[in-house]
Amino acid sequence: MSQAIAFYFLSACILGFAVLVITTRDTVHSVLFLVLDFLFVAALYVLLGAQFVAAIQILVYAGGIVVLYLFVVMLVNLKRPPEAHQDPHRRTNWGLALSVAVLVELAIVGGYSYARPAPAFAAPSPAAPFTGNTEQVGWLLYTSYLIPFEVASMLLLVAMIGAIVLAKREL
Amino acid sequence: MITSTHYMLLSAALFMIGVIGVMVRRNIIIIFMSIELILNAVNINLIAFSAQLQNVVGQVFAIFVIAVAAAEAAVGLGIILAFYRNKETVNIDEMNLMRW
Repeated sequence: MSQAIAFYFLSACILGFAVLVITTRDTVHSVLFLVLDFLFVAALYVLLGAQFVAAIQILVYAGGIVVLYLFVVMLVNLKRPPEAHQDPHRRTNWGLALSVAVLVELAIVGGYSYARPAPAFAAPSPAAPFTGNTEQVGWLLYTSYLIPFEVASMLLLVAMIGAIVLAKREL
Repeated sequence: MITSTHYMLLSAALFMIGVIGVMVRRNIIIIFMSIELILNAVNINLIAFSAQLQNVVGQVFAIFVIAVAAAEAAVGLGIILAFYRNKETVNIDEMNLMRW
């Protein structure tokens, strides 16, 4: 029961702040709503028993990425609000119609899965010699998923170099 | 009782909000934030299934998604800054240098 209350509260907060992120006129306010949204998503991860990912979510998203966004919003001096310029060829109605089509498809999928609940899987849990969440995640990262882990680190290195090159005033 | 269907519906709704943001807004910074919302929706799905299946692999993949999101944000914001320096705008309707 308490889990249900927590889930519905967190869901309402997540969706409400997400709507505020995409509807607010002021970009700085939008970024701040994004921080709150990420924090509530992290709380949802804790509810699901994924404490390590929740900590990573707060550290990387709320601490790192959002600060990056704030810096860019401050650097980009919005004398002319981007929404003021209207492109006559832009088809916002088409965009909305396509979004609604995806929404309908998702609603059909959701209704289908309500009508026929998914079978409970037998849990073939990998035999991790630990019980804590962080230990299990770390054990998997450094054994079965070592190569994807290294590839992700290479990706981050390449992205860092690329971002520096792009943002440098002249090469 | 909260089942994984609830989490999937939440994730689908968050995904939809992100898609609407990408399709409707013109400020490219808002569009990037919408993409972050979409990635978060995917992460919620991964973690929910990880909890349902009692299997930690979903959390490992969520960590990879977060790493890719960080890389994407860094490069994308670099591109925005470079573009703003040239054209003094963040409106995607005016970003048509490579169109056709």
